[in-house]
Amino acid sequence: MYKVYENKQISPDSYLMEIEAPLSVKKAIPGQFVIVMAKEDSERIPLTIYDYNSKDGILKIIYQVIGASTEELTHVKDELFSVAGPLGNANEICANPKEYSGKRIVYVAGGVGIAPVYPQVKFLKGKGFKVDVIYGSRQADMLLIRDQIEKVCNKISYTTDDGSFGTHGFVTEVLEKNIDSYDIVVAIGPIPMMKAVAEVTKKYNKKCIVSMNPLMVDGSGMCGACRCEIEGKPKFACVDGPEFDGHKVNFDLAMKRMKIYKEEEALKWEEMKKRLAKEKK
Amino acid sequence: MENMEKVKMKTQDPKERAQNFKEVELGYSKTEALKEANRCLHCKIPKCVEGCPVNIMIPEFIEQIKEGNIEKAYEIISESSSLAAICGRVCPQEKQCESKCVRGIKGESIAIGSLERYVADEAIKNGFSSLKKKRKNGKKVAIIGSGPSGLTCAGDLIKEGFDVTIYEVLHQAGGVLVYGIPEFRLPKDIVKKQVESLEQLGVKINLNVPIGNALTIDDLKKEYDAIYLGTGAGLPKFMGIEGESASGVFSANEVLTRINLMKAYKKDAKTPIKIGKKAYVIGGGNVAMDAVRSLKRLGVDAHIMYRRSEEELPARKAEVNHAKEEGIMFDLLTNPVKIIVDENNQVTGMEVVDMELGEPGEDGRRSVTEKAGSNHVVDCDMVVMALGTGPNHAALKNSKIELSDRGLIVVDGTKTSEKNIFAGGDAVTGAATVILAMEAGKKAAKEIIESLS
Repeated sequence: MYKVYENKQISPDSYLMEIEAPLSVKKAIPGQFVIVMAKEDSERIPLTIYDYNSKDGILKIIYQVIGASTEELTHVKDELFSVAGPLGNANEICANPKEYSGKRIVYVAGGVGIAPVYPQVKFLKGKGFKVDVIYGSRQADMLLIRDQIEKVCNKISYTTDDGSFGTHGFVTEVLEKNIDSYDIVVAIGPIPMMKAVAEVTKKYNKKCIVSMNPLMVDGSGMCGACRCEIEGKPKFACVDGPEFDGHKVNFDLAMKRMKIYKEEEALKWEEMKKRLAKEKK
Repeated sequence: MENMEKVKMKTQDPKERAQNFKEVELGYSKTEALKEANRCLHCKIPKCVEGCPVNIMIPEFIEQIKEGNIEKAYEIISESSSLAAICGRVCPQEKQCESKCVRGIKGESIAIGSLERYVADEAIKNGFSSLKKKRKNGKKVAIIGSGPSGLTCAGDLIKEGFDVTIYEVLHQAGGVLVYGIPEFRLPKDIVKKQVESLEQLGVKINLNVPIGNALTIDDLKKEYDAIYLGTGAGLPKFMGIEGESASGVFSANEVLTRINLMKAYKKDAKTPIKIGKKAYVIGGGNVAMDAVRSLKRLGVDAHIMYRRSEEELPARKAEVNHAKEEGIMFDLLTNPVKIIVDENNQVTGMEVVDMELGEPGEDGRRSVTEKAGSNHVVDCDMVVMALGTGPNHAALKNSKIELSDRGLIVVDGTKTSEKNIFAGGDAVTGAATVILAMEAGKKAAKEIIESLS
């Protein structure tokens, strides 16, 4: 069991959880992820690390409620059944900051994708980088952890789909306008957004790193559920990724593979909602 | 002459069991065990012991069954194996101990596996504990992976007085015994009890720890006198044919992990499993049999597709027979060429080709070639690849342990290129069997004891 210090709602559909998980954070490097289980019979949910403190063993994750299993997480009070991590590979810039010194870097985040972006920007600030961020969301109240990200980045631009905050439009429009200011673009967010960023960067011949978040079960390279097509070859996001060269990823396939369990997941969430409604009465 | 035949173990009715996940084989009763034990000739030079990878003193434990002293029988088995209840169920006995049995020349060999299981189950039922522990020797060993290899190594070392810690990346101990082998073949309660018995002896198990990331081999070297790598089979293999990324194409490991580890076969399970109406499981090993029989139980029209003939099927004979009884179809001498998908990337069928067997190659297995012009299409909406696994080096990150061209850990005995680091099981051999992994764990324990004393 892993002690939970906090589990609070931070937007209409997102939560922040603070967990004691010393081994998951002791050697963590931004870009890696953990797999959590609410209870013994729960699904294994892969979540990118949002923030951590290696000294006191504190791990923070941000999760969006998108189905029964993430809904179940919101009901966690004092302890989580399981936290495994860190899993996957570190972001290549954070793993080798010296190799990238002097490079102009911008992070493009979409929605809850700001959570994995934050530790990378924070880490690179610590290494003397000045990193810009372009952060987009559907609407103003879905922009998360603004205070935190503003503290660690150089310049930040916001976009919202409905124009309720920042630029009215998409992150790619802001990116394309300023593309000459950057050498490397790191994009983390929904697949369509990462695909669009990859297209823009390809057009201007800029390096592009994306973080894939496919379906996953064990997260240790055993089941192959998370396979992505990279340059036409299957790669496992859990042990080969989760970050890949954005110009090599087959995003269309990734989108289709995300939908494999759509019906089953919708059904389970409906059942859960009914059960919760009953319990309330 | 009834003595020429084994006492058959009772099984659940095939029609009934094809719809549930309860154990297929029901075990011997006391009378049955005694009757079977009495068939043993107690040979002076017991060939069966040679056939056992861990050299269990087979005639001796069978003798104790004859005497009615099951506790003593368990003690004898435990001298060689700390996982008897598992071995009795999953070892390919027909290729090992039972293949050497003198009884087998004229009639049927002694049902050694069934007797081993009987003794082990009685031990669990009656709480026999027969592992005698030596005094602590102050030496610490880390074991990476809690599968059959790691558990065996841990059992042998703890008995010798070592301080043993197992690191496991999943949330449950047992490795392939919990994520791979289905409930109907190896009840998870049995695995749990075997793991608990090791814990009672003092083995520490740290779950949820991805070695390579959370702690590296170098970190462990500082804390432990020796390390055993029992990291197991690696990344599931795919064929590299068109359409393999389609929705509806899974690795056998994914199907089995969802069903076994995550209990997706239960109606109220939180982890889903996507099943089709008609599935082809590609491959002929134990994993293929486990996957196809699991799918059958979930109501799928489940087929095996294997490129060689029945004779070459690498799976345990009993599993093939059970599968047939349960109504599994075997499409032999056939191989997929291409997976056909619709506009939503959903599987709708497979283009396959007939195969022909040739002469045995250097490895003794008959070669196999495509029959030109025999391509045809079969309907299906699910394809499961059970083709074995390739290496996974996640645990070895930043270590200098030597690997072969195939990416397997290079060993001399069980010693790796690094001092006091040992390895065995699938990480060394590539995908093999539970008992071979256990044999390696046993051998490693012996070599660790020698190296550290």
